[in-house]
Amino acid sequence: MIDFHLDARSGVAPYLQIVGQVRQALLLGLLSEGDKLPTVKEVVAKVAINPNTVSKAYRELEYLGLAAAKPGVGTFIIRSLGDASLAAHAPLQQELRTWLIKARAAGLTEPGIDAMFQNTLRESAEEEK
Amino acid sequence: MNAILRAQALGKKYGRREALTDCTLEIPPGHVVGLVGPNGAGKTTLLKIACGMLAPTSGRIEVLGEEPNGAPAHLAKVGYVAQETPTYASLTVADHLTLGARMNPRWDAKLASARVEQLGLDPKQKAGKLSGGQRAQLALTVAVAKRPELLILDEPVASLDPLARRGFLRHLMESVAENDTSAILSSHLVSDLERVCDYLVVLVTSRVHLAGETEVLLAQHYRLVCTRRAESDLPPGLDVIWAEHSDRQSTFVVRTEAELPTGDWSAEHLELEDLVLSYMERAAAPARRTTTPTGDAR
Repeated sequence: MIDFHLDARSGVAPYLQIVGQVRQALLLGLLSEGDKLPTVKEVVAKVAINPNTVSKAYRELEYLGLAAAKPGVGTFIIRSLGDASLAAHAPLQQELRTWLIKARAAGLTEPGIDAMFQNTLRESAEEEK
Repeated sequence: MNAILRAQALGKKYGRREALTDCTLEIPPGHVVGLVGPNGAGKTTLLKIACGMLAPTSGRIEVLGEEPNGAPAHLAKVGYVAQETPTYASLTVADHLTLGARMNPRWDAKLASARVEQLGLDPKQKAGKLSGGQRAQLALTVAVAKRPELLILDEPVASLDPLARRGFLRHLMESVAENDTSAILSSHLVSDLERVCDYLVVLVTSRVHLAGETEVLLAQHYRLVCTRRAESDLPPGLDVIWAEHSDRQSTFVVRTEAELPTGDWSAEHLELEDLVLSYMERAAAPARRTTTPTGDAR
């Protein structure tokens, strides 16, 4: 079972934060096909948010084809993001580490690295369109 | 299902002082409603009318489809937790549950004792010896165990420290999710309610200034920042809620149900707290809204 946490200052709608955390848990291998998500009641009893927010997030996960609700039982993960799981891409991560060492050696600090990464990610996503 | 609360031109006067003026609301079922407003705005008056403890001086109100008249059948449907979450100081925690069981036909004894155990309250402890947070939790337990369709809570977290506040809201949300209960809770702080409420009513100086689903309200409001200009130079269809002008810049909070027209400004959505504050400021200083960039009141 995974726990959700909400960041009030992030500016991201709470239900989208939950969706994001499920995706991330899938990528990190914390969740996989067949796993049960916490019930709405369990989530709100932990993070004190409106139950409709959690229901909405779960509906979105169903729409994305990541989860399915079994009435009276709960909501279950129906797809793994296994191929994209981080563990399966150790060589890529190693390359990124090497690049980070180079970036620091070139005098870039963390905010600079982050900005460069985000920019490049955005540019490359736009090029692919 | 019936509306949680339907009010038509509802008013309440204490002598000559108006505590509630021309209040018209229609709140659909299944919501957790935040009633927000500064102290003295009329929140308690509205909530007391809603549970039948006060009679309005004008207008009509229905709660869960019925006029709140203090009849036992209606009282059983509404759980009310008054300000400062009162309990009986000389009675024990267990006494509170016994009393609740005797007075409420739909009392859920299992739920009540499970909750007391989960909260770690000693059943033999006198309520007067409990901490503020524990007392609030006990009051909520009693209100929830009567299995109401609607919970009405007046400033339930105002006097609690942040930890007790979080604990109380968790318990409240769990009860709402478990029993499909609707709830109305008031606060003078938006931040207390931001995450738990999906419907918002802003009450200032005895009047309702804003009401609607939180998500819809957030989507309809924008903050526009532009070169200094008069309100009248903005495109039509924008309801200006709040404006502020510096020597070269104007900032507007606007509401529009249509898509925001593009223009020579930067536009962003507001956080709920800023949104509510702009309505409160407008209500508190109506003159300010109509100031032009030259500073002349129109």
